[in-house]
Amino acid sequence: MEGNIGELGQYIGVGLTAFGMGFAALGVGNVAGNFLAGALRNPSAAAGQTATLFIGMAFAEALGIFSFLVALLLMFAV
Amino acid sequence: MATEATGGGLEFHPMDQFVVRPLFGAGEVHWYTPTNVTLWLALTALAAIALLVLGTRGRAIVPNRAQSVAEMAYGLVHKMIEDISGKDGLRYFPYVLTLFMFIVFGNLLGLLPGAFTVTSHIAVTGVLAMAVFLGVTIIGFAKNGAHFLDLFWIRSAPLAVRPILAVIEVISYFVRPLSLSIRLAGNMIAGHAVIKVFAGFAAIAAVAPVAIIAVVGMYAFEVLVAFVQAYVFTILTCVYLKDALHPSH
Repeated sequence: MEGNIGELGQYIGVGLTAFGMGFAALGVGNVAGNFLAGALRNPSAAAGQTATLFIGMAFAEALGIFSFLVALLLMFAV
Repeated sequence: MATEATGGGLEFHPMDQFVVRPLFGAGEVHWYTPTNVTLWLALTALAAIALLVLGTRGRAIVPNRAQSVAEMAYGLVHKMIEDISGKDGLRYFPYVLTLFMFIVFGNLLGLLPGAFTVTSHIAVTGVLAMAVFLGVTIIGFAKNGAHFLDLFWIRSAPLAVRPILAVIEVISYFVRPLSLSIRLAGNMIAGHAVIKVFAGFAAIAAVAPVAIIAVVGMYAFEVLVAFVQAYVFTILTCVYLKDALHPSH
């Protein structure tokens, strides 16, 4: 085994950003689950709120995408 | 980086599909060189024009397939901007519809085998996002003047927390173009790379059936993602437009 320690740290860091994906998944799942819980209690109001659902998902997802950005920066810009 | 399929003579890198190449020859890429990006950007624009102009040319009362798809897209965006931005947002409807059609066709054409996904490049999505960001900021100041800054100084909050909220609001305002562009490009890169990784496994006989089923499943999922990401981009544009038109609430 050979290689320099900087590269080792770089790859470990890129791997660690995968945690961001997991937490973003928790966030998106939370949005969808709560929407479903609310929608089943009052199905007539659900149709009007799908836009809000997608906005909420997009915001939750954005932070996960930032971890992907950090991975890209570590791989190609550092 | 990721898998490299060995044996079976199928060797490729999952990220190879995103390389920008000149269309003719193999020279250097200058700003005027026609590349695969140029080709697929043109095809995307042509596809959107073909659906909306040629599809609705008949103006039939009972629409055919192309016309009803065009009408559905028109109706979807029209309703979205009316619901979220309000009636006065409808002035900007042509731009929002153009944005939606361009992104949805860019995403869907990228799914064709051998195609190039233009929306997987931050250079493309960044321009789209910056156009929305600058446009919304200019509209906000033109419509409301200095009143637009109420977006950052929330009057319904207690005075003590207002400065903290202002800092958060300013950061979240300026991160908008970044999150818009990275979300679209990131989703496209990730989805296409996953398909390619599974396609790489298909060269290994033992796992080939599983890999092929996974590719089919991921492909179907990517068709959904292609539409949802265009929808999300458009809906966030409408939300930002609402902030610009009515900054106080």
